[in-house]
Amino acid sequence: MSQEKRIPFVRLAKRAEMDRKKVWLIRISSIFVAFILGSIPMMLTGSNPIEAYSVIISGSLSRPVYIRQTVKIAIPLLGCALAIAPCFKMRFWNIGAEGQITMGAMVSTYFALFFVKKVPNLPFLPDGSPNVTLLLIMLVSGAVAGGIWGLIPAFFKAKWNTNETLFTLMMNYIAIGIVAWLQGGPWEGRKGSQLIPMFDKSARLPDVFGVNCGWIIVLVLVVLMYIYMSRTKQGYEIAVIGDSVNTARYAGMNVGYIIMRTMFISGAISGLVGFLIVSGSNYTLYSGVANNVGFTAITVAWLSQLNSFAMIIISMILAVLDKGANTLQTRMGVPASIADIITGILLFAMLSSEFFINYKLVFRRSDKKEVSA
Amino acid sequence: MENKCAIEMKGITKRFGKVVANDSIDLSIYSGEILALLGENGSGKTTLMNMLSGIYQPDEGKIFKDGQEIYIRSPREAYQYGIGMIHQHYKLVEVFTAAQNVILGLDDEKLDLAKTEGKVKEIASRYGFDIDPSMKVYDMSVSQKQTVEIIKVLYRGASILVLDEPTAVLTPQETQKLFRILKNMREDGKAIIIITHKLNEVMEVSDKVAVLRKGRYVGTVETRNTNPQALTDMMVGHAVMLNIDRPKYEKPEEKLIVEHLTVLDQEGVKRLDDVSFTAKTGEILGIAGISGSGQKELLEAITGLYPIKNGSIRFVREKGKEVELMGLPPKRIRQEGVGMAFVPEDRLGMGLVGSMGMTGNMLLRSWRKGKGLLVEKKEPEELAKKIWEELEVVTPGTNYPVRRLSGGNVQKVLVGREIASQPEVLLTAYAVRGLDINTSYTIYNLLTEEKMKGVAVVYVGEDLDVLLELSDRILVLCGGQVAGIVDARSATKEEIGLMMTQFVTKEE
Ligand SMILES: Nc1ncnc2c1ncn2[C@@H]1O[C@H](COP(=O)(O)OP(=O)(O)O)[C@@H](O)[C@H]1O
Ligand SMILES: [Mg+2]
Repeated sequence: MSQEKRIPFVRLAKRAEMDRKKVWLIRISSIFVAFILGSIPMMLTGSNPIEAYSVIISGSLSRPVYIRQTVKIAIPLLGCALAIAPCFKMRFWNIGAEGQITMGAMVSTYFALFFVKKVPNLPFLPDGSPNVTLLLIMLVSGAVAGGIWGLIPAFFKAKWNTNETLFTLMMNYIAIGIVAWLQGGPWEGRKGSQLIPMFDKSARLPDVFGVNCGWIIVLVLVVLMYIYMSRTKQGYEIAVIGDSVNTARYAGMNVGYIIMRTMFISGAISGLVGFLIVSGSNYTLYSGVANNVGFTAITVAWLSQLNSFAMIIISMILAVLDKGANTLQTRMGVPASIADIITGILLFAMLSSEFFINYKLVFRRSDKKEVSA
Repeated sequence: MENKCAIEMKGITKRFGKVVANDSIDLSIYSGEILALLGENGSGKTTLMNMLSGIYQPDEGKIFKDGQEIYIRSPREAYQYGIGMIHQHYKLVEVFTAAQNVILGLDDEKLDLAKTEGKVKEIASRYGFDIDPSMKVYDMSVSQKQTVEIIKVLYRGASILVLDEPTAVLTPQETQKLFRILKNMREDGKAIIIITHKLNEVMEVSDKVAVLRKGRYVGTVETRNTNPQALTDMMVGHAVMLNIDRPKYEKPEEKLIVEHLTVLDQEGVKRLDDVSFTAKTGEILGIAGISGSGQKELLEAITGLYPIKNGSIRFVREKGKEVELMGLPPKRIRQEGVGMAFVPEDRLGMGLVGSMGMTGNMLLRSWRKGKGLLVEKKEPEELAKKIWEELEVVTPGTNYPVRRLSGGNVQKVLVGREIASQPEVLLTAYAVRGLDINTSYTIYNLLTEEKMKGVAVVYVGEDLDVLLELSDRILVLCGGQVAGIVDARSATKEEIGLMMTQFVTKEE
């Protein structure tokens, strides 16, 4: 009986605890692995991956105007990932950010369209400058609308323990449907155009360094969310519920109320993102206003391990890929969906890195030494 | 009588990451013998046996059967070598009958149920099992399920049987029955390995005892040449006092009065039925019962975590003022200033936050403190350090996730926190389950200290020997009803064992 053959060639073994630095090193190197793997589909489409990557980088970062466009893509992604983080920490699978963005955008638009002449601007501002009062009203109302849209599934979850994944998903389609109806009906601009009129100049967010000032708002949110999750009582409650609902009840927490409160906050941030999109970059509303940001943000939140600061980097990477892929398409004829493929590979690589953080492969020993990878 | 060596393990080493679960262990198992495998928790008993039953493969070392080296790569291969293991957690299909479960997974035979039932009956009568092959598993008691597991192994022709803590879930009477069966198997020439923590059981049933300590093999002794004290010393590595102090408290007073308590579960089944008792200061009230007799529901109802149908739970304040707790959620109970601490059965799922460190877990009691929005971490941090030191919790730091600590250390964190809240009533559920002897005695001492401070302690336990030694009075639960309350100083194990099954009507 040959014993070499009877021992399996490779098997899994649990790894010892790794220190944090090493863990993040593995996570970061998995990003590089993803880009290497991403070159395979590029070669399949007949282009040189090195060239393609440099086009992606130069197309998104080489000139100030490109950088501005890239940042413009990253702003809603980052904002919405911040919105999703507390829900996911609580293990409440909110995939309804898309709808919450849409509702926020819709209500902001309502004020932009119908209150533009009615709300006076701050007295000391010169004529023709953005109407700060109006913008503030739009911001707050958009956030409240998104919050309420998030609150509804949370209420049903808290009261009757309905499945939040399905519920939040359905709420997306309702929100999009409502906007589609407004677009072709009551809010339609020129009859038959199916378009809502563009916002008045005074209802548009001012630019700072060439990009709408939404980026400042979102960066402030990064810091606030970080503090909220790690330092506040509410953040603590969220973490405990995410770990074990029974422990939360044992500690005297009102789980249903906390779920509703957290979803309101989450929805409100998504609603605010909706406001940033309509008032900062689109200047109008249409049913596709959320443009999948609510879903892509899930990837951002997940890849960042719900860490607010990591979200800045991840949302920028995804924005670079998105913007760069468009350039790639025009310059080299590579389909822009290559960005989606790479994002998918990125997600896959990051998830498998988590696997290798916890396990190692042990190969069949030759001369009593264990080789591990 | 010279017995044949059935299995020999030589130099077996198994690592899980940094943990060396088994460190170069040698063990010989003989036919016609019952070997007790003894060791504190985490000493590597289950791991070692899992390598015999093909669940794990050793990192180093060899296994021999009849002088031939063998490699066991799966439970199926283990059966081919005649090795079968009865695990701590049963793996039965609830909606199948006993016989169906027995043949489940056997592919080389036609599913001839009648034939199987016949063979099951034959095995049962040979060794003295009490079983109905056509009974559905969901109708079975824990002990009956265990019987099915054992028969499953015998049906596959095992001549070497490993039982991992089989008595942990049994009443004294059921344990006796199991031991009779094991002895019958021994007479039949089978090699039997039994893992248990209970020294009196080791003394009663085994021929030899092998002791593991911290993953290492300490030695094997003949049972008739040893005694519980010597075995404990081998297991722990130094001498341990094996008796529990039971001082008397001067003037017990009523502290918690429970009357006619009835609760229903979600399906509307009565989990507690008209339960009444009083817990007194300076007293440990033991609660005995087969697991699932309403212990969990009782403690959770008192702490406001389980909905109550009927009854009254009154907490007696100083000067005899009473507060009605029934229907109050945990938050309100705390706001009422009722000093109640609770060590639940599910430590990581209810008592602690597994992903947080000791500090985060201390916060679980004090997170609401302070006016602002931010949590105050200073006090919990200090408390965590104090418990870390005083109870000798083995952890790299106060922020290391408690989920990664061993069972005993997890429990020290939980009990330490609850006692630190200076309660007037301390409720504990299976406070020493899965803990090693040393830690168990630490917990007994802590509870007795609390009692002497005038705390009303309620101790839900499963080991009757301990209940009898530790408690002042024992309340016996049976099927959600109070079967009786006895004085622990005069009651006997048999008496309590009988009360535990008093209301159960025979279904066979
Ligand atoms: N699957 C596993 N992964 C990591 N560590 C494990 C695993 N199984 C057991 N261990 C560790 O190995 C040691 C021995 O465990 P075990 O064999 O279960 O002990 P026992 O059965 O004697 O209580 C413990 O420290 C335990 O934490
Ligand atoms: Mg074990």
